[in-house]
Amino acid sequence: MSTPVRSKLSSATGAGWGMAAPVIGLLSLFLIFPFILAFALSFTNQRLISPNPTEFIGMRNFEQLLGLNVLIIEPERDGAGELVRNDAGEPAYPRVRTFTRNNPDYPQYQGMREWFAWNFRGDRIVFLASDVIFMRALTNTFLFVAVVAPVQGGLALLLALLINQKLRGINVYRAIYFMPVVVSIVVVSLLWRFIYDGNDGLLNNILSGLTFGAFKPVDWLGEYGTALGAIMGMSIWQAVGFHMVIWLSGLQTIPETLYEAADIEGATATQKFRYVTWPGLRNTAVLVLIVITMQAFALFAQIDVMTRGGPLDSTQTLVFQAVIRGYEKQDISGGSAISVILFLIVLSVSLLQRYLVRTKN
Amino acid sequence: MAAVKPANRGVNLWLRYTLLTFVALIFIFPIVFMVVSSLKPDQQLLVDTGSLRAFLPVGDISLNNYFEAFERAPVGLFIFNSILITGVTVALSLFVCSFGAFSFAFLKWRGRDVILAIIIATLIVPFETIAIPMLLVVNNLPMVSSSGFKIGWLNSYQVQIVPFIADGLTIFLFVQYFRDLPRELIEAARIDGASWLQIYRRVIVPISGPVFATAAILKFLAMYNQYLWPLMVAQSEQYRPVMVGLQYFFQLNVAWGEVMAYLTVITLPVLVFYLFLQRAFIASIASTGIKG
Repeated sequence: MSTPVRSKLSSATGAGWGMAAPVIGLLSLFLIFPFILAFALSFTNQRLISPNPTEFIGMRNFEQLLGLNVLIIEPERDGAGELVRNDAGEPAYPRVRTFTRNNPDYPQYQGMREWFAWNFRGDRIVFLASDVIFMRALTNTFLFVAVVAPVQGGLALLLALLINQKLRGINVYRAIYFMPVVVSIVVVSLLWRFIYDGNDGLLNNILSGLTFGAFKPVDWLGEYGTALGAIMGMSIWQAVGFHMVIWLSGLQTIPETLYEAADIEGATATQKFRYVTWPGLRNTAVLVLIVITMQAFALFAQIDVMTRGGPLDSTQTLVFQAVIRGYEKQDISGGSAISVILFLIVLSVSLLQRYLVRTKN
Repeated sequence: MAAVKPANRGVNLWLRYTLLTFVALIFIFPIVFMVVSSLKPDQQLLVDTGSLRAFLPVGDISLNNYFEAFERAPVGLFIFNSILITGVTVALSLFVCSFGAFSFAFLKWRGRDVILAIIIATLIVPFETIAIPMLLVVNNLPMVSSSGFKIGWLNSYQVQIVPFIADGLTIFLFVQYFRDLPRELIEAARIDGASWLQIYRRVIVPISGPVFATAAILKFLAMYNQYLWPLMVAQSEQYRPVMVGLQYFFQLNVAWGEVMAYLTVITLPVLVFYLFLQRAFIASIASTGIKG
C-alpha cells in the first residue's frame, strides 16, 4: 500500500544533495580540508607568510619534536683513576653540552638538551630530548588529563547524586552549581588569578584563617610545584557542572521501580548505588569520560591567561605550544605537526576508553 | 535513607541543606567577588581581598570603574562585535544545519549515510587541532570588501562567522530530533503535493521549537565565549569580540577595578539570560548526553 509513497520518498537524490550541499560545502572547507591539511603541512616547512617556496621535508618535524635519547655519563676521573669530587664530596660529571654540541664522536646527540636525569650506580643517566619544551608540554597535558578526567567525572557524579534528591528548592542549587559553565573560561581564569595570588589572594587568606595564621602564603601560579595543580583545580571548578548535568540526565533514566524493589529487599544506600545506580550509568560514564578527556586535551585559554606556560615550563601544554609556534612564530608546519600528534593522542585515548569499558561489560 | 525516624528527619534535612548551601558557596563566590569588586576603587579592592569584605559591597561604592572602563577601551565596539558575530552565526547555523539535517533525516539519496557518518565522526576532532591549518586556509580565501577585491580573510567579521556556521554537533542534534518525528506527517504532505522546501518550512520547523532552542543555546555559549580563534584572526581592534578585547586592560598599568567592571559587563548579561532560561540551558546540555 505504501509503495507509491516510498518511491516518492526515496527518489530524492537531487533535492537531498541540494539541501545538504551548504553543510557539506562548509564542513569540507572549514573542517575536513584543514584537518587533512594539518597532516599534509606537518611534512613540510610551510610558514604563514614566506618568500621561499614550501618544501616537502618528510618526517623531520616529527623527528625534531619527538627525538629522544639516553646518555650515560661516567664520573670524571683524574690521571690516577680516582673520582674527581666536588666541594660537597659528590662525584663530578662532565657537562652534558660537551656531548651534544658539535662533538664528532656523538653525532646522535647533536643539538639535544637535557630533559631529566638521575644518578644510578655511580653513573649519571641523562634523558635527552630534541625539543625539551615540547616534551614538557606533552607530559603536562597527559598529567592534566590523568588528574582532571577522573576527578572531575567523579565530583560531577557526586554533585549529580546530591542534586537528584527530591527537596524543596533543589532547582535553585542546581542552577548555581551549573553557573560557572556559562561563564567564559577567560573570565574565570582572570578571576582565579585573584584567588591564587601570592600576596593577598583569597585562597591564601582562607587557608591562613582556617589554620589561625599557621599557613604560609603560597604563590600558587608562580611556583613550579603548584602552578599546574592550581590550573587543574580551577578547570574542574569551571566545568564540573556541565558533567553533573549529563550524569543527572543519566540518573533520571533509571526506573524508579528498581529502587523500590531494592527497598523491599532491604538494600542499603551503598548497595543501591552499587547494584542499581552504577550499572544504569554505564553509557553515561563512557560519554562523560570521553567528553572530559577531549576537553582536557584541548587545554589552552587557562594557560594563556594565567601562566603562559611558566613558571619554568611547568604549565606548557600541547595546544599552547601549537599556538605559540603556528601563530606567534608563524611556523604553520611546526604547529600542524603538534596538532597532528594531539589528534592522534585524542583518537587513541577515546578508542581505548571505549574499548576498556565495552569489554568489562 | 529508608525509614528515618521523625525526630531525625529535621536534623537530616538541616544537614542536607547545609551541605547543598556550602557547595553552592564554592560555585558562586568568584562571581560575587567579581561584581562586588567592580564597584570599589582599586586600593580598597586589593585591601578587601584580605577579609570577608571581598564579598560585600561596603566602603567606597560607586560606578566609577564602569565609566573609566568605557573610557579606556572601546567597550561598546567590542560588545557590538560580539553580539554581531554571535547573533549572525547562531542564526545562520540554525538555518543551514537544520536544512541539511532535514535532508539527512527524511530524504533518501545516494551517499547520504556515508556523509552523515563522516559528519558524526568529526565530533571527535577538537577545534584546537585544526586551528593552525585553518589559519592558512582563511589567509588564502578571496574576499570582496569596500576597498575592492583582496586575498585573505584575517581581520574581518566573516572570518569569525563563516567557519562556524556548519558544525557536526548542531547537525547531529537536529537529525536526532527529526528522526523521532512521526513520518506520517511528511508522507501526508508529500501526497498533498507539497515540495520538500514547503515541508521543511510549513511542517517541520513549526514543530521543532525545542531542538532549535537547544541548538541556539549551545551555539550561543560556544560563540560568545570563543577565545583562541578571535585571538589569532582579529588583531585589529575594529573586529575584536569581548573576550579578546580584554587584552586592552592589560597594557601598561593594570587597573583591577576597571578589569572587574569589564568582566561584569561581559558576563552579567549572559548570567541573567541563563537564570531566566536555566531550565532550557540545562536541558540543552543534557540533550548532548543522549548520544552515548
